[in-house]
Formats: sequence, C-alpha cells, structure tokens
Amino acid sequence: MLVVAFVSFSLFNFVGDPINNMVGEETSDAERTELRETLGLTDPIYIQFTRFVGNASKGNFGISYQLKRPVSELISERLPATIELVLVSALIALISGTLLGVYTGINRKGYLSDIILAISLLGVSLPTFVIGILFIYLFAVILGVLPSFGRGEVVSLGYWTTGFLTLSGLKAIILPSVTLSLFQMTYIIRLVRAEMMEILQTDYIKFARARGIKEKSIHYKHALKNGLIPVITIAGINIGTLIAFSIITETVFQWPGMGFLFIQAVQFVDIPIMSAYLVFIAFVFVMINFIVDILYYFIDPRIRVKAEAVSG
Amino acid sequence: MDNKKLTLISRIKDSDIYFSFIKSPTAILSTVILVIIFFCSFFVELVTPYNPFDPSSLSLMDAFTPPSWTENGLSKFILGTDGQGRDMLSTILYGSRISLIVGFSAVIFALVLGVGLGLSAGYFGGKYEMIVMRLTDVQLTVPSILMALLVDGIARGIISREMHDEMAIYVLIFAIGISEWPQFARVSRAATLVEKNKDYVSASTIIGVSNIIIMFKHILPNIMRPVLVIGTIGLALAIIAEATLSFLGVGVPPTTPSLGTLIRLGNDFLFSGEWWITFFPAIFLVLLAFSINLLGDWMRDTLNPKLN
Amino acid sequence: MSFLKINNLSVNYEMRRETVYAAKKVNINVEKGEILGLVGESGSGKSTVGNAIINLIDEPGKVSGGSIILDGTNIYENPENILKLRGNKIGLIFQDPQTSLNPILTIGEQLIETIQTHLKLNKEEAKNKAINLLKEVGIKDADVRFDNYPHQFSGGMRQRVVISLALCCEPELLIADEPTTALDVSIQSQILDLIKRLTKERNLAVILITHDMGVISETTNRVAVMKNGDLVEIGPTKEILTNPKEIYTKALVSSVPPTNKKINRFKIIEKENKTQSETNIKILNRWTKKEIIDQDLVEVKNLSKTFDDNFFTESSKNSVMAVDGVSFSIKEGESFGLVGESGSGKSTIAKMIVNLYSPSAGDINFDNVCITNITNNKEMMKFRKQIQMIFQDPYSSLNGRLKVKDIITEPIKLHNPSISSQEIDNYIYDLLESVELTQQSAERYPHEFSGGQRQRISIARALATQPRLLVCDEPTSALDVSIQAQILNLLKDLQEQLNLTILFISHDLPVVRQMCDRIAVLKNGKLCEISKTEELFKNPSHDYTKELLTLMPKIESIYN
Repeated sequence: MLVVAFVSFSLFNFVGDPINNMVGEETSDAERTELRETLGLTDPIYIQFTRFVGNASKGNFGISYQLKRPVSELISERLPATIELVLVSALIALISGTLLGVYTGINRKGYLSDIILAISLLGVSLPTFVIGILFIYLFAVILGVLPSFGRGEVVSLGYWTTGFLTLSGLKAIILPSVTLSLFQMTYIIRLVRAEMMEILQTDYIKFARARGIKEKSIHYKHALKNGLIPVITIAGINIGTLIAFSIITETVFQWPGMGFLFIQAVQFVDIPIMSAYLVFIAFVFVMINFIVDILYYFIDPRIRVKAEAVSG
Repeated sequence: MDNKKLTLISRIKDSDIYFSFIKSPTAILSTVILVIIFFCSFFVELVTPYNPFDPSSLSLMDAFTPPSWTENGLSKFILGTDGQGRDMLSTILYGSRISLIVGFSAVIFALVLGVGLGLSAGYFGGKYEMIVMRLTDVQLTVPSILMALLVDGIARGIISREMHDEMAIYVLIFAIGISEWPQFARVSRAATLVEKNKDYVSASTIIGVSNIIIMFKHILPNIMRPVLVIGTIGLALAIIAEATLSFLGVGVPPTTPSLGTLIRLGNDFLFSGEWWITFFPAIFLVLLAFSINLLGDWMRDTLNPKLN
Repeated sequence: MSFLKINNLSVNYEMRRETVYAAKKVNINVEKGEILGLVGESGSGKSTVGNAIINLIDEPGKVSGGSIILDGTNIYENPENILKLRGNKIGLIFQDPQTSLNPILTIGEQLIETIQTHLKLNKEEAKNKAINLLKEVGIKDADVRFDNYPHQFSGGMRQRVVISLALCCEPELLIADEPTTALDVSIQSQILDLIKRLTKERNLAVILITHDMGVISETTNRVAVMKNGDLVEIGPTKEILTNPKEIYTKALVSSVPPTNKKINRFKIIEKENKTQSETNIKILNRWTKKEIIDQDLVEVKNLSKTFDDNFFTESSKNSVMAVDGVSFSIKEGESFGLVGESGSGKSTIAKMIVNLYSPSAGDINFDNVCITNITNNKEMMKFRKQIQMIFQDPYSSLNGRLKVKDIITEPIKLHNPSISSQEIDNYIYDLLESVELTQQSAERYPHEFSGGQRQRISIARALATQPRLLVCDEPTSALDVSIQAQILNLLKDLQEQLNLTILFISHDLPVVRQMCDRIAVLKNGKLCEISKTEELFKNPSHDYTKELLTLMPKIESIYN
C-alpha cells in the first residue's frame, strides 16, 4: 500500500511540472511561484510525502488540474457507477465461467463442449472494445432494444447513486456488463476446464472409482471442490482486472464511472486524478488479496492446519 | 536400436510435435492464415497497389466508398474507402504491419526481461528470488492494460508533446512489454526450479561447469517450451493491448494508424451507416488474434504432457 | 470353479506408432484365502492385468479379448457389472499413498461415503464401522484420527487408511498394486503383515503385484511371472523361485542379489544364453592409474547439515538436522557403503562430499586436504576433477537437449581445454565402449536410450574426468533387477581395473552386500555403526541394523 502511495506521489511530483499543465502559456513567473507556494511544492520532499500520505488517508488527493474540482469529490461521484458495473460483470463471469468450465472439463468429448471451447477461444481473441462496438451496433443501432450509452435513470440513496432500481438503469447496465464480463468469463472457463481435467486424472480420483463411488459424486464432490481452489485466486485477480478493463468499457459505452474519468486524466496528464485512481485501485487489490487469503483458509484444510500450527 | 539416418529433418518428422501438428486441422489452418497475414503485412508494398499514406494518391472524391459488392461499391476498392478516400484493404494491411511490429517487439522485450529475471531468480534463489517474485506478484495484480496506461501516462508527462507522436510507438512497445514480463518471469522461474533440481544440473556442477553456462546452455533450452507457449498467447494479448490502447487514444498516432487506431477512427462513422470503416479492421484484428490463440492453444496442449 | 478366473485376457494399447500388446492371452486363476504374486519387470503388463480386473485401464488401452469371471459374474459381459463390483466385491490398493487420498476430504468423510455407497447403513452405523476398521488396520486413536485430513498422516499410516478404504465394504478380492514400493523397509514389513493377516481373517483372495522378488518370496502362496505381456510361468511360489522352468524366470531369479551371501559377479542369462564377456575397458591406457596404498582418500569428521524449513526465520524450531555429527573414512581403492532408510541423511552426505551442499559443521578431507572451505575457483576445479557422481534417476541425470556426444564432451573440454576435437572424439568412443555402448550412441539424444543405457552414459560422463572417487547415489534403484545386475557388474569391473574408490549409497541391503567392502549404517542423520560387510550381516552390533536385517524381504526365506 505504501509502495503504491509512494509511486503515486512520485507521479505527482516528478512527472513534468504540474504548474505547466495547470496554467496557460501566458502566466507570469511570479504567478507561477505564488501558485507553487500555495500548493506546497517548495517544501522538502519528505514533508511533501508525509503530507500526501496524510491527505490521502483522509481521502484528500488535491485538485484536478483539468476540471479544477477536488479529486475526492470527482471520485465519490463516479465510484458507484463503476462498482455496480464491475459487480454485475464479476457475477456473470464467475458463475457462467465456472459452470461452463466444469461442464467442458467433465464432458471432454462432445459437440457442446467443442462449441463452448471454440467460443471461449474466440472470446479471448476479441478485444473488449470490439465486443462493445459490436454490441452497440447490433442491439442499439440495428435492433434498437437497448441503450448504447450512459447509465439510464439513477436513484440517489444518500452518498450512493444506483441504477438497479429503475428499468432504464437496469437496461443500461446489460450491454456494458456483458461486454466487460465476456473476456474474463472465457478465461475462467479455460482455467476451470484445465483444472478439472487435471484432477480427474489424479490417483485419488482413480482410487475413488475403484471403490465404486458414483460418477456424480466423483465429479461434483471429489473433483469440483479441488478444482475450485484456484478459481478463488482467479476470482480475486478477476475483479481487479474487471476494474481495469472497465476503463475500456466505460469509454465505449460512455459509462460515467471512474475509468472514464481516468482515461480523460491520462489524455490530459491530470496527475492528481491519476494518482488518486491508483491509490484507490491499490486499496481494492489489497482488500481482495486479504479476502482471498481468508477464503483459502476456509476451503483448503492443508493451509488451515499450517496456520493452526503457527498460531498454536 | 536400428541404424537409420539421423538427419535433422527425419528427427523433426519423427517428433511427436510434428505428428500432432499434421493431425490437427485447426493448427494447420491457423498457421496458414498467419503466414498469409504476416506475408501481406510485411510485404504490403508488393501486395497492394495503393499507398494510403501518400497524399497525392488520395482523392476525397473516393471517400466513403462502400465495399465493392454493395450497391455503390467500386471494384478498385474491394473493402471500400474511409473518410479520406484511403483504400480500406491497403490501410488495414499497413495498420496490421504496425500492430504486428508493436506486438512482436513488446513480446520479445517482455520475453527477454521476464525469462532473464525468472531464470536467474529460480537458479540463484535466496533474497534475490524473493525480491523478483514479489515484484511480479505486485505487478500481476495490477492488470496489464492499467499498467500500460500508466506507463503511457508517465511518458506523456516526461516527453514533450512534439516529441510524443514520434516516440509513441516506442512508448507503446515499452508499456505493453512491461505489462507482460511477469508472466514470463513466473513461468520461467517455475520451470527453472523444476529443472534446477534435476540431476543433470548437479552433474554439471560436479563436473565444474560455471553457473552462467549451466543457466544458458543447460537450463534455458529445457524451459523454452512453456516460454514459447506463453510467448504465443502473449503475442495475441500484446496485439489486443496495442489495439485497445490505440482505441483509447493513447497508442499510436493517427498519422501512422494501427488496427486499433483504425477502429477508433471508424467508430465515429458507425452510427451514420459507414459500418465498413470500423468493421473490416475489427474483423481483421479478431482473425489475427484468433489464429494466434488457436495456435497457442494447440501448442499448450501439445507441449504440456501433463494434460494428455 | 475358481473364485477369480482370467481367461485368455488380451489388452492392447493403440499407440501412435504401433500397437502395444500389454497382455497377451493371459490365463490366471485365484482362489479365496490365497495370495497370488504377479511379478515382472517394468512393461511386463502386470499392472495392466490388475487394472483390467477392475476395468480401470488407462486410455488408450482396451481389452481386446478374453474374459474375467469373478465368483460367477463375467465382468466384461455387461458394463453395469463392474460398477456393482468395485469397492463392493473388489478392493484396490495403489502404490503411492501420498496421492491416492483426496486431500480436501477427511478420511472419515471418504470412508463414510464409500461405506454408504455399497452398504445400507445410516451415518452413525457407517461411522462406527469406519472407526472399527481403522482400528483393525492398526491406526491408534481411531475416533480422533477419523476427522483428520490425509496430509496429517505419515506415509505408512496413509497406506493403512488406503487399505481400510479398500476393505471397508468387505470385498472378497483385493488387488494390491506395488503397495509397499514407496515405503521404507520397516513400514513395508508392517503393511505386508497386515495384508497377510487380513487375508487369513477375512478369507480374501489377494493379487499382489510387485517387482520385488523378496516380497514375493515372503508373502505369496503362488506366483505368476510376466514378461512383455506374456504369462511366462505360474505355480507355487517355492517351486518357481527354487526350480524355475523357463529361461526368463531363471534369469530373473539369478539377477536378484542374494541376501545371505556375497557373490563375485551376477550371473547374466541372456535370451540367446551367451556368456557375458569381461568388459573391455578401453580407457585403461589413458588412465593415470593410482597405486593403491593403504591410506585414507576421504575423511569425514563430525559432519553436520541443518536445513532451515523457512529461510526467513532462522529459528531452530523449524530447522531439520539432516546429518548429525557423522565421521568415517574411506581408503583409496575401497568401496564403502552408506545404508539407511529415507530421511537418514545418506544422500545429503553424498552431496556434501561432491560439494553440492556445504556442511553446517565439520570437515571433509580429500587426499589430506580439507575441501569444505575452498573459495578459490581454480583450487576447486582440481577436486571437481577427482570426485564424480552417478545419480539415481537415469531420466533426469542427462540433459535431454544435448546429444550424448556433447554431454560427454563437456567434462573433457572443461578439464583439458587444449584437447583437439579429433582427440575428443576418440576419447568419447573409448569411454562409450568401456561402458558397453556403441560408438553410434554418441550421435543420439538421451531419450532414445533405455534406463540402463542412460545409466551407462552417466557413468561414461563421470569417468571422463578420470576421477579417483566415484560417488554412486542409489545408482540402480530405478532399474529392473536384470538391468541392475548388469550395471552392478559394470561398476565392479570398472573399479577393479581403474582402481576407483567408490562411495556406494543405497537403501537396498542385499545390493550393498554385493558391492561394498565396508558399510556404515545411518538412521535419522546419525551414524549407527561401521563394520566390514560380512561382519555386519553376520554379526550386527547395533539394534537398528539388526532390525533392518530381520525386516528386509529375503528371497531365500522360501527355503525355510
């Protein structure tokens, strides 16, 4: 976490001169120096860094160069949109990916498996933005059944704005979330399939067969449980990746989330937004890793015993 | 053991890889497609009559010509033209050359960096290994596209605006390469750990062979299989990443468009009905990535005895 | 009518280049209450027959003919049949207890599931049955251990759990596929005793598949010998072992190292019945032969090695003492045996002597120079040249990406950079012929050779630097007995002709007896005793040595 904070801070500090980006060409040197002092850019570096960390922990990331508004305000405005999008996509990707992966892993030979696999390979080859464009063209331009951009009507619940409570909001989230989840879904299908296939060839599965255990129990009790262990890790990384890829989806569908904000920031070298986004992402990743570790503890007895041995 | 001639060709013909290749229609098909695409892209001057980047050959009169088989199509522009009257087919092939150059360079950059670090980390172990692997862990959790965006963002801050268009392609290669190296590092480290504990490495040590020679002469050839698989899949990912970045407007500049840039430029015309301007580059990109992935998939199944 | 009747069983594997006939018209009958040994070398088809009975042949194998009738039911008549028999009437035990249990289910869950699949019992009854069963196979505190996961058991205990799982629904036929090969001698004898006891108590029919003639001799009533898918000979164990009729069986029995005496060479009976000629050691004239003087070549003093479980925390709690204060010395020209079970530290000592590991404490002197603290590279090379090693696994000890020629060239060039390429070629040919390989072998890759041939290449590579000390770490334990006999003969010849000093490491007491002048016995990193070989076998002084000697399976036990 601190590492990321430092990186974002370095970004803030050493990448170009923020003053140049903030003010126009015609600003005088005196005005520049004044601005520099009000921003605290003349202080020694370690003071600046402590101040940065201090402010960041309070959620204060400074003022956007481009939009001239506090970054924290911009982020909290956009946060719900991104989180809702990512959540829906993650659910789609995890559930359908795992189901299809298990199916193709168990039924190795069969037309349906072959078709699913071919599609999944195509899915890995389709860049997210191409899928997005395709969907827009198909459902919005030709069929005209679903909206091609925005979140639809949102309902405000205190700090949170949600699109789940209105019909147009629900309709609006379909295309972006499916687009976003497709790539991850295909990835999960392939992973789960490979895992299942490997497990079904292990000695303990063969031994279970030799004991006359029913195929159904072998597939869903013995193999699936073992096969799901790596899925947890992937699910963690998956959510992180979804957040990153939401940048693209949000751009294609003009979804008013953080990714859209970030991409604009990159184009305009708006360092405060970039660093705030980074800190936010790092925070999410740390949280995800933490949750994944806890889940492992509950699912894999081998780790559980190790942990008990250390604590006891 | 019989005494048949052991030429290189007979060895290849006798190998399981060759056998599995000629038995796999998808592998052959994807190879054929890739050979055609690579040839047309790198020798594009020989293949197409047009140079879309020579302004004198362009005529705005030809702009927005639809594909040749549609109502207003012209037979000289098979896939139609874009908003500046450039022939789509030639533009796509020129674009694909840039995409391929960026993709290959990025993968090679990532491969050299990743394998170098992974191999040495696995071989030497200790604190050095710990640091390298921590680094890959951290970077693996940061999605590649974000990493690439970040590098690009920093580069924009450092490099002046005028210089930026010229440097864009190098920045892009660096950005994508940097985002992909951890995969190579992980795979080659894992493979190195397996190989390092094999007795032939101990035997070489006992003979007195130096570490550097053991690493590069003995271990490196033995870990190349998984690295090549990752490299192939990585090439598809790199091409997609390049297209994505260009699509987002942070990749190669429109003056020398890659496939992604073409799709972005064409996207503006999608709603007005000129679908071909974005459709054909997109299809071409998907075909390219799909063929590479098919080949990579086949390689993974063939080169990984675990799953057979 | 026999309890199990295998009639003309044929199993084919359709491979890419050819069809492998893993079983060719095999006829075997098994009665209740008897243990039938199924013995053969690798590739003989013994496991295939076992798997065919329970219809679990790995792809792409297929039963192509014949029938298997168990207690009147034809297994291959109807695919449903076997599903009713598995677990219920037939139990199966695999070789490796580490991998045969599902790691994320407790052994209780696995037992209850199996019991409830076949017997109409409720959960409570199934649990009681399972706990009684665990007690029966010798697991203490069965009611507590019931809720443990497989990784909480040691290897021998895990194999007991596997046996309890195989027996939990009271099958009448038990197929044990190399059930003790992955275990140490002391645990092996316990597991074999358990199988013998259960056979008697439950009147089981048992098929014991193994490559170990000692196990066959001590455990089985009848034995079937297989080779390349053919059933060579079947009969009462005593008759087969003492008076074999077929040449192959004779060869097999004679290549087993006897446990009760030392022989000079192994008798090799080849198919054509030709007598083995003395090895032509061509490298002899290149060799600067050391005169044997009665002097120590290697001296190991108070050697210790500690491995840290976790190298971040250097706490002593996690560290394992692999070698603990071991001292011994090896005379020039002697062959010295290092014996112990897994975890005894024998391989660790070998790796310290060849300088792959550095000792945590103690010294190793070679030719009166301490070699543990050499930092100078040039100095080190002098010793590297004189100490070479042969490894256990013939598959991993050769780099598969290099031709045999390049593998052997490496040590030659490294220690003699000025050598001409013509001279190298001649040297390689001489080396290859000295280990009984053809000159053409030089142009081939390791994967084109069999295990025994690879081990010969390994020996050629080790000899290329003209070492004085050859460390052999279980050089034959991955090989079939007939190949083992050949390699051991070769090592003996080489030692005699070249005056090599050999450090021979093995867990196999009969093999060590044939190879060594003196033997050191190790247990848990500590030295138990050092004696002259014959003295150790006839009159062991340490309790542990006595235990090992009583427990090792003896092919001669059939005479009693």
